[in-house]
Amino acid sequence: MIEANALTKRYGATTAVTELTFTARSGRVTGFLGPNGAGKSTTMRLILGLDSPDAGTALVDGVPYRQLEDPLRTVGAMLDATWRHPGRSGRDHLRWLAATNGLPDKRVDEVLALVGLTSAAGRRAGQYSLGMLQRLGIACTLLGDPRVLLFDEPVNGLDPEGMAWIRQLLHTLAAEGRTVFVSSHLLPEMAQTAQDLVVIGRGRLIYQGTMDDFVAQTSEHGVRVRTPHTDELRAALTGQAEFTEDGGAFVVSGLDSDRIGQLAFDAGATLHELSPITGSLEQAYLDLTRDAVEFAMPAASPSEATR
Amino acid sequence: MNLLAVERIKLFSTRSPWWCALITLALTIGFAAIIAGATPSDSQLTLPATQFGGSQFGIAVVMVLAALAVTTEYRFNTIRTTFQAVPHRSPALIAKAVVVALVALVIGEIAAFGALGLGMLMRPDDNLGLHTAQDWMNVAGLGPVFAISAVLAVALGILIRHSAGAIALLLIYYLAVEELVQLIPKIGAHIHEWMPFNVANKFLRGSAVVDGPAPSDSPLSPGWALAYFAGIAIVFLLVALGVAKKRDA
Repeated sequence: MIEANALTKRYGATTAVTELTFTARSGRVTGFLGPNGAGKSTTMRLILGLDSPDAGTALVDGVPYRQLEDPLRTVGAMLDATWRHPGRSGRDHLRWLAATNGLPDKRVDEVLALVGLTSAAGRRAGQYSLGMLQRLGIACTLLGDPRVLLFDEPVNGLDPEGMAWIRQLLHTLAAEGRTVFVSSHLLPEMAQTAQDLVVIGRGRLIYQGTMDDFVAQTSEHGVRVRTPHTDELRAALTGQAEFTEDGGAFVVSGLDSDRIGQLAFDAGATLHELSPITGSLEQAYLDLTRDAVEFAMPAASPSEATR
Repeated sequence: MNLLAVERIKLFSTRSPWWCALITLALTIGFAAIIAGATPSDSQLTLPATQFGGSQFGIAVVMVLAALAVTTEYRFNTIRTTFQAVPHRSPALIAKAVVVALVALVIGEIAAFGALGLGMLMRPDDNLGLHTAQDWMNVAGLGPVFAISAVLAVALGILIRHSAGAIALLLIYYLAVEELVQLIPKIGAHIHEWMPFNVANKFLRGSAVVDGPAPSDSPLSPGWALAYFAGIAIVFLLVALGVAKKRDA
């Protein structure tokens, strides 16, 4: 379990994270979502004791990270897959890391096999492709067989096959009862991976809950109704709900389709269409984080503004 | 003990330490060969002359090795991975200083005795050998001086974090600053007496040596000179550890 309590971190004049409170539970994949610059990496560094918070605490299984003995046995974290010496082989990179926490060389070969890097383990890491570096990074997180895992943008720059592999791995790790905390700025990716969701923008918490609730809460965008009896329907809806009208088509918000159907029936309006509009998940996320994008695009192209 | 093994694996699994070690040996022993070859046959090759390469060039290259051992960790962010694995930080950094110092010690001993051995081979009639305590310090003392210099360079590497910056500062200091301090009127000479590499030279060469670079003007005895030099390196290391512990990685 990971618990952040009112975490605040300032770098000079900029506040990267402001009173951030959330929990990532064990046995679940928790997605950590936010636009670029929202403070995701900062939060992870605070959890790992790499940076010191100005206020608040971060606990891993109830303990501050810096108090963990042999932390690799409790927490595996990949903040950036490119953190390696290009002249050192993948195996040697794992060997020194294993030795820091008294893990045997045998474990190095095990994790190399686990991520499918055995045949390339002797090559200098400077020659690795990004996909291989991600695998090496993941091997590092698995070394100590930890109960808690953190990944910062693990699928960035990967091909579809690599993405699928990582997604599968995260599910497997969570199914084994581990806490899996994975950040991304891409909601569709998260929707396929995470069961729980923590959304931040400009260093503040925007949403915490399950992915299912998030989808349910944010994807209702109204009901589309078509009728030849526009006057009757307009009269029935007025005062009951907000709606927009375009010819014979209405878009009604604030009422569900059952209720609208009943109102139309009572008013004697024949309906040719009655369909809920489910906005895309992506749209919901963009709506949620619109005000929280650090570097917004010029307003001339509003649809691009939140990408 | 784990952490010493960690730093040993790190150091020997990249190429630059090997190159630096080879260059140090080549400079030290090679310079002894050049001096031995260039000394006229009717004059004597002295023991201190076989050691100029080590005490003048060798230290510089060993400090480059030591600085790189830590600055490349900052360059490639493995220092963050290290701090993730060792959140108290200081034990990992002390282990690095110890391992680098031991490697520097070994390089220094091989370089110094190699230089002396080659001199003896090339000038068998010059009565070269370890006849006095000063002779012993001049040769066997190179290892400890290399080791302490390496600790100084590791400390500076931790503080500065950038390879080019740390190496430039070390070399400019070593090659120029201590000499230039003497140019300050009135107090320059007194400051120079306490400059660390000048004091280290007192340990290595004493003050009776007449040939080669000017002998050290340090008022300390050779033993105290070594202790002073080591003390300065340890103070720098402690400052570096304190900074590294507080700083965001």
